[in-house]
Amino acid sequence: MAKSKSAPKNVNDLSYEEALAELEEIVSTLEDEQSQLEDAIKLFERGQALASRCGVLLAEAELKVKQVTGDELVDFDEEFA
Amino acid sequence: MLTSFLKAIILTLMQPSLFPEPVPQTYTVSKLTFEIRKLLEDNKMLQDVWVQGEISNLSRPASGHVYFTLKDANASLKCVMWKSSSVRLNLSLHDGMEVEVHGKIGVYEPQGQYQLYADQIRPVGEGALYQEFLRLKSMLEAEGLFDIERKQPIPEFPKRIGIVTSATGAALRDMLDTLRRRLPLVEVILAPSPVQGTEAPPALVRAIQSLDRQEPDVILIARGGGSIEDLWAFNNERVVRAVAASGIPLISGVGHETDFTLCDFAADLRAPTPTAAAELATQITILDLQAELQNYLSRIVASTVSLIVKQKTILSSQTSELRYASPARRIQSETQRVDDLSRRMLSSLFHRVQLQSAHVKGLARRLEALSPLGVLARGYAVVTRKEDGRVVSRIGDASDEMKVRISDGEIEVRRNS
Repeated sequence: MAKSKSAPKNVNDLSYEEALAELEEIVSTLEDEQSQLEDAIKLFERGQALASRCGVLLAEAELKVKQVTGDELVDFDEEFA
Repeated sequence: MLTSFLKAIILTLMQPSLFPEPVPQTYTVSKLTFEIRKLLEDNKMLQDVWVQGEISNLSRPASGHVYFTLKDANASLKCVMWKSSSVRLNLSLHDGMEVEVHGKIGVYEPQGQYQLYADQIRPVGEGALYQEFLRLKSMLEAEGLFDIERKQPIPEFPKRIGIVTSATGAALRDMLDTLRRRLPLVEVILAPSPVQGTEAPPALVRAIQSLDRQEPDVILIARGGGSIEDLWAFNNERVVRAVAASGIPLISGVGHETDFTLCDFAADLRAPTPTAAAELATQITILDLQAELQNYLSRIVASTVSLIVKQKTILSSQTSELRYASPARRIQSETQRVDDLSRRMLSSLFHRVQLQSAHVKGLARRLEALSPLGVLARGYAVVTRKEDGRVVSRIGDASDEMKVRISDGEIEVRRNS
């Protein structure tokens, strides 16, 4: 699927979900084997970058804990709990 | 004096009776004890009885059986609970604890002791609470609050998880630890609420409702283990209704494995403990995500490699096709064609020239036929006036000096007449 995209975002600006979704798309495009070699290699490089972005995000992920009071969200400090 | 009196009495007592009466049957101790046991075991009430009292002399040897004495102000009762029953106990016994014990009265023959063989122990007051629990359960059940069709599916990969529990409880710590270990990508929204006492039910309802408005992917409502009174807020009708009304999939994890609350029935999924609730909310863990990434990565490598291999094959087959289509062959054949064309062109030109020259010859012949010189050759002559060269074809034209042209030259003549 030829998606007319504006210039692709810098990989490092993507959230895990965004990077994973794009990676999934690249996998299925490449497995389709319809792309031109040059495009395929660009996709491959982009896919690698996305995969390593996801890997880094997983490795560095830290549980975020917030607290809701009424309708207000504030950070929750586990130390004081 | 006194001594001899006592002796007399003792002697009298020791004398065989002078008047034999019917001899009563003499029981062995075992036989008698058996009779007593039968008496007790035949009594329906004593075989299915709840007894209230305070635990004392609690002993739990390695065998797993539990021994204690149940007492109140005026009496005490030995109790035994076999391991098969004690493993199902969901409260921790201690001396001084006021409890209700269910079981049957039996006799421990070696010590001639009657005792209660216990199979259930509950805190005092639980009986009434349990009745209330059953009443509320059947009412809400009849309303369809617990129906399977109402259950919402739990998302596999939540991004935001709401938690309703005490901000200071071990349950929260357990859940956060579990989430941190399994899926640290998650954002947790805690709606803190007391989980026991009279303030708990309205606070729990508010917490569920404010989490609902935050729209997390799933809500966990949890509390660590405790007595049935401790867990009672989770059987509160308003709390149970709030759980059932939640628009967000909700997992309950209240108490221990053996504790069932009405919130468990109303929730979309029941977890046996808070930790298990956190586990059920994260069916996809960070390990799965890493494996998925690895899988994607190897798939893009494999498909790119296969694409390159395919392109190479195409390239090499095209190279040989290219050799067939080489311009050298084409040039040869083109040269030949040019030669051919020029030959044809030359020959057609030559032919035309020949034709033309034959034509010209014909014309020349015809021209010759028309030439006056031809007539002259046959003996005719052309006479012209000398002065102006006009042809003299009548007498009137004649002048004094004229020229006579014949086939091989001219003669000048003078007129005589």
